[in-house]
Amino acid sequence: MKSFGYLRPDSVQEAVEAYAAHPGARYLAGGTNLVDLMKLGVERPAVLIDVGRLPLDTIEELPDGSLRAGATVRNSDLAADPRVRDRYPALSQALLAGASGQLRNAATTGGNLLQRTRCPYFQDLDKPCNKREPGSGCSALDGVHRDHAVLGHSPHCIATQPSDMAVALAALDAQVELYGTEGTRRLPAAEFHRLPGEHPERDTWIRPGELITGVLLPAGTAGVPSAYRKARDRASYAFALASVAVVLRVADGVVDQAGIAFGGLAHRPWRARHAELALLGAHATPAAFEGAVDLELMHAEPLRDNAYKVSLAHNLALDVLNRLAPAPAAA
Amino acid sequence: MTSANKPAPDSEITLRVNGKPHTLHIDNRRTLLDLLREDLGLTGSKKGCDHGQCGACTVLADGRRVNSCLLLAVALDGSEITTVEGLGGDGEEPHPLQRAFLDRDAFQCGYCTPGQICSAIGMIAEAAAGHPSQVTDPATPSGRPVPLDRSEIRERLSGNLCRCGAYPRIVEAVEDVIR
Ligand SMILES: Cc1cc2nc3c(=O)[nH]c(=O)nc-3n(C[C@H](O)[C@H](O)[C@H](O)COP(=O)(O)OP(=O)(O)OC[C@H]3O[C@@H](n4cnc5c(N)ncnc54)[C@H](O)[C@@H]3O)c2cc1C
Ligand code: SF4
Ligand code: FES
Ligand code: FES
Repeated sequence: MKSFGYLRPDSVQEAVEAYAAHPGARYLAGGTNLVDLMKLGVERPAVLIDVGRLPLDTIEELPDGSLRAGATVRNSDLAADPRVRDRYPALSQALLAGASGQLRNAATTGGNLLQRTRCPYFQDLDKPCNKREPGSGCSALDGVHRDHAVLGHSPHCIATQPSDMAVALAALDAQVELYGTEGTRRLPAAEFHRLPGEHPERDTWIRPGELITGVLLPAGTAGVPSAYRKARDRASYAFALASVAVVLRVADGVVDQAGIAFGGLAHRPWRARHAELALLGAHATPAAFEGAVDLELMHAEPLRDNAYKVSLAHNLALDVLNRLAPAPAAA
Repeated sequence: MTSANKPAPDSEITLRVNGKPHTLHIDNRRTLLDLLREDLGLTGSKKGCDHGQCGACTVLADGRRVNSCLLLAVALDGSEITTVEGLGGDGEEPHPLQRAFLDRDAFQCGYCTPGQICSAIGMIAEAAAGHPSQVTDPATPSGRPVPLDRSEIRERLSGNLCRCGAYPRIVEAVEDVIR
């Protein structure tokens, strides 16, 4: 690991100023991804700015009925919060489906959103990788890519976004709150991550030095039935091959609210807008769900070795949609 | 705090480890695991993977189980750390869970055992505090202790791998102390 200086600012303002004084520094939160990547030599910051103890560790209700979770709330505490469990079950379930108990005790809301891809070539300094070293090439295109993307990828990068939490946030219409030298702004969680295009080195739309201060869970999805389901190579403690978060409200047998996001399929949580549009106003039947999911997944462009992900995602989404839809009234 | 000069590559920190305060001058790169093993000679915590993937390095930091291989010691200044060496307190008696591991023969090579035990102690406290797991029935009321059946124990300890496959007996040892 490369030697680095360590700063622990006491406030958000001081943290952002510390970055301005040390461009190229990295914010350190739980460290479960950053320290790992520093050991591998993928990250080589000269300065770490520790934001893990900033007073952003609360979950609070706002007057408009939304819930705000601070950036340093630990993943385990966010998943266990009774308000999150009751109003946004997909978020609690997604967090609990990720990593391990130990890791979730250290990992933070902000760090989870900014964790880097698990593409093995990204972590291997001996292999070309456009995300790690722009212009060097993509080793996964013709390499081992069964875990890689089937939607929205580019010839420059086919990596997937690894966070389970981010998928639930996208389906729940959450917003990411950012603070930087230009002030505060918010981005929809569904748009926070980028597609790789020609610049896979940029995972998200965050600006250099900007700090995530929290995420906002809106009143509009509070209490609406939601769920998360993940498929992986072992029953626990593994990243998603495919996953889905669904928010679904049905009134009188008709869908009047739908949010669907896939994980493990793309460089960002894949909000299934085509499927959602098809469902709005439709009768909540298994056939309607299947038609809608197919409408989304027909856009998939699987690689040589990962076509299985399309049917996996299809089956996961149908299972969760059918589970969330109220059973039709007995005739 | 925000001086334009490059901050120093080393720091002085104070940690309480198994109840005893230690003030140490460390390279900022020091992980908690290496500090425990190399600087304090507490070699109970093991290094399996050094990347958060096995759980052999699990210790309790301020009462919560964490992977000590991914924690920078400099970021833990002021924390209270408990390792497998400190579980029994001052006395000669092992912790009841250590005793249960012996009674149940819940290990073969023993390499994963300190991490399994620290993880299980942290996990039992989490369930008592009402933390759900992936297999907890979503209908379980929030905030109440979660009963630990076998599937709960297995899921909650999934961050601790055992290459000898002692899993069934590890689950039994945990069941012994929660009954
Ligand atoms: C073995 C293993 C298995 C895992 N399995 C899963 C899994 O199944 N599902 C899953 O979703 N995740 C999984 N993870 C990843 C884990 O969830 C992330 O490592 C964790 O959420 C990152 O949070 P952190 O606070 O530790 O971030 P850090 O490692 O501290 O930081 C990560 C990045 O975010 C930046 N950052 C942190 N906080 C802020 C902030 N407030 N503002 C701006 N930038 C910030 C850092 O500079 C860094 O670039 C796994 C990790 C490991 C090691
Ligand atoms: S898929 Fe992306 S991260 Fe993986 S090797 Fe290609 S460019 Fe790098
Ligand atoms: S040594 Fe820390 S998890 Fe493996
Ligand atoms: S007893 Fe050998 S690794 Fe678990």
